[in-house]
This record gives sequence, structure tokens and C-alpha cells, in this order.
Amino acid sequence: MSTYAYYPGCSGLGTSREYDTSTRAVCRALGLTLADIPDWSCCGSTPAHTVDHTLSSALAARNLAQAEDLDASALITPCPSCLTNLKMAVHRMRDRDFRDRVNKLLDRPVRRDLPVKSVLQVLVEDVGPEELASRLPDKPLAGLKLAPYYGCIMNRPPEVMQFDDPEHPTAMDRLMLALGADVVPFPLKVECCGASFGVPRKDITARLSGKLLETAMDLGAHAMVTACPLCQMNLDLRQDQAASALGRKFQMPVFYYTQLMAVALRLPQNVIGLNKLCVSPHIAFAAMRKARAEAGRRDPSFSEEVA
Amino acid sequence: MDVIDIHASCDGDFIAAVEAESGQQIAECYQCGNCTAGCPFTFAFDIPVSQVMRLLQAGQKKRLLTCKSIWLCATCESCTTRCPNNIDVARIMDVLRHMARREGYASERGVKIFWDAFLDSVEKHGRSFELGILTTYIAKTGRFWPDMGLGPKILPKGKLGFRPHEIQGQKQIARIFDKFRQEQRS
Repeated sequence: MSTYAYYPGCSGLGTSREYDTSTRAVCRALGLTLADIPDWSCCGSTPAHTVDHTLSSALAARNLAQAEDLDASALITPCPSCLTNLKMAVHRMRDRDFRDRVNKLLDRPVRRDLPVKSVLQVLVEDVGPEELASRLPDKPLAGLKLAPYYGCIMNRPPEVMQFDDPEHPTAMDRLMLALGADVVPFPLKVECCGASFGVPRKDITARLSGKLLETAMDLGAHAMVTACPLCQMNLDLRQDQAASALGRKFQMPVFYYTQLMAVALRLPQNVIGLNKLCVSPHIAFAAMRKARAEAGRRDPSFSEEVA
Repeated sequence: MDVIDIHASCDGDFIAAVEAESGQQIAECYQCGNCTAGCPFTFAFDIPVSQVMRLLQAGQKKRLLTCKSIWLCATCESCTTRCPNNIDVARIMDVLRHMARREGYASERGVKIFWDAFLDSVEKHGRSFELGILTTYIAKTGRFWPDMGLGPKILPKGKLGFRPHEIQGQKQIARIFDKFRQEQRS
């Protein structure tokens, strides 16, 4: 299989370390070769596009140029915010004037149109839930009930993101089902969590994230599963703030989908990083074991200590 | 309900500038309200997004560039995705805050300071440095970190780096910002 140019994103070196390590490990286990983009830089994230679109695209596009040194079939990233900036840059640079303006800001202009995809897209399209399920005949996560939360920009706007359904995406659902887990019909899959307002306006983030947590809880989910570092932080680290905003109590573990894939694939504990999560994930695994016992299903053995 | 004297206050140049910068036709909005219905931030906005569109059609420059909504839009793309006339509403919100910045307005000061702190960090190091951004934000707002309670939750996880990741091409990033500022001045 071909090589993918890998863009970890800044949070992958910090608050979403466990997303980065589990992503790399899952890709390796499933036979995908990742090559880090040499000396990659920040995509500009939300702040850059609120200042100017040429600046924002230039910050993202430097990475497209850096990736040209790798013989890669696509540039992939786990982070939806990086993804959206990179894809938006490619999309807007189809306009020649815009492309010229962006290239003028860059020491090294962008020459190739490398396809940009999320890691999720590659896992679903280039590996596939069927292949994944065939590797896991014992359905290791059977009994675990998950609320799949995609975040607002992984699939929107559809003209730019060109992957899955913009209102009701199912890519992550299908991967989780392949691990044996159950997914609840979560109606807020693409509703915003409050995004980057956690620091300057945490009242807003608390209310929006609270609505997501509340809905997941009311649907009987044992845990939420996300694909976005910012969503994960708002739902996990800020869970108590969300609970106070709504006057409720939550104890909802919030996983990265790659962590659950890594658990199911029995990858080493240090790359899964369950200990990096704030709300203890063991609550979810305990609920899973209970559901399995009630269904008369045997407990699988895991390399990660999920007890 | 507001009554606006269009003859006295409609700024046609402003409408044309927003259209040019966003690539959108403002007149195509027929006020169905779908954007506002789906906008998760309506509860926090001082002007709901469909009314931003209406005020834009009426050329109400100052009212829009000084409103809070343009700083509180998270670009979640609900409005853009659901607009029956394919107007990229989120892009218009972005363009309005670009203009507000250029004219020196920032009605959600904390939001602007946070975004600026983020970009300062990127300009300085080539990548964003989470702890550094937070420190700058606290220093510039003069607010004691209202999230202090999160410290004991995150610090033991060993995820927050205490030093920035400097990239080799940091000067290339600084030049992107330099050239951008030069372009803006010219």
C-alpha cells in the first residue's frame, strides 16, 4: 500500500497526545505507512481564518509544499480543524488569483495538488470496516454502548470536505460496529461543542458541550467517542463545567475512536494512552463487562488494562 | 422590531466590499431563517445570523462591525451547509470580522485576545504552544485564569508541554506574517 504524508497537528504534541500515538499505532497495525511531513508547521487553525483567508491558507499551504518532498498518495491528518484548513486552502487555491496571493506569502510555492483526507476517511475507505471486523472475530468491544460524535467540521461544508454525510455521518459508527461495539442513534453528531471558546467564553462552551453530554447520557451511552482533539477536550477536561452549566452530573468517558480501535486490536498500553483521559474510561469498560455478562458472553482478554 | 431609514444609512460600498471579499451574493438571502434555526450560538449572539444577513442587505456597516455575533461565530458551518440558496454564510461572518479587525472594532475583546495570542505563538515558534498561549491570554486580559480548577485535572496527565516546539523553518512562518502585514498596509 502507498505512503501517506502524515500531519499530526500541534495538539498531537500536547493535549491530544493519546490521539496521535493511538492513530499511528492503529495505522501501523492495519498496514498503512505514514511518513511525517518534514518540519511541518501550524495550519493556522480557527484564529488564522478569523483574521484573513489568504493568511490562513498560506499557513496551511506551507505544509502542502513541505509534503511534496514525500512520495505520498495523500496528505492525512487526524484533526478536523487541521483538515478543514488544509482542505479549504486546496479548495480556494483552485482560483488562480487566490493561489497567486497565497504563493506570494510562501518561500516555497505549492506546486502539486495533493489530495487531503482525514485519517478517518483513509481507515474507512482504504482499510474498511469489513476488513477490520474480519481481523476481530471475537468482537472485543461487544457490550460497549457508544455515542459517536463527529464534531461540526469533519464533514461540513460538503463541497469542501467531500466525505461521508454532512448531517448524519456514519464512518465512525461503522468502525465502532466492526469492533463489536453498539452505537446509539446520537442526534447531535455534527452539532458544535463550543469549539475554541473554552478559554475566552467558557459559559458558551459549557452549555453546548453540556447538551451533547446530556443527550449521550439520556440515550444510555456508556461513553462518547470522538475524532476531534478540541471536542474531546471540551467534553472530557471541561465536563464538570458543562455539568454545572446544566445543573446535572456527568461521568461520561470520552474516547478518541483510534483509542478504542487500539484497545480492540490489543495494541500496547503506552500507545493507547487511556490514562491520559480525565474522566476515567474504566466506568465504560465496567459497563461493557456487565452487559457482556448479562448476555452470557465471555470476557475477552486485553493487552490494555481496561478493568 | 427595529426600523431602519435605508435612504439615510444604507452603505452600498460596504455591501459591495462584503460581496467581493466573500464571493457571495447578499441579495440571494430570502430570510427563511434556516441559518438561525440551526445556529448553535443563537443564544449567545446579540444579532441572530439571519438578521446579520438582513442588516447586511440594508448596508448597516457600523451596526454589524460592532456586533458581538461576528466574534462568537465558531464557523461550525451549519448555516452554510443548510442554506437553501447555497450562500456561504459562515464565510460572510468571517469576512465581517476581518473588516471589524481592520476598522479597529473588537466587541468580544477576550475572544480577539485569545486568537491573537494563538497567532503570536505560531509566528514565534512555527507551531502553537498551548501553555504559552494561555500565559499570554492571562497577561493581556489581566484576568486570573478562570479555569484554574482544570489545572489539577490536566497537569498530572503529562500532556501539557512546558516548552514550545520550535520548527527549523520558523523564519519562513515569520515571513508569512510579515508579508501579510505589508500587503495589508499597501
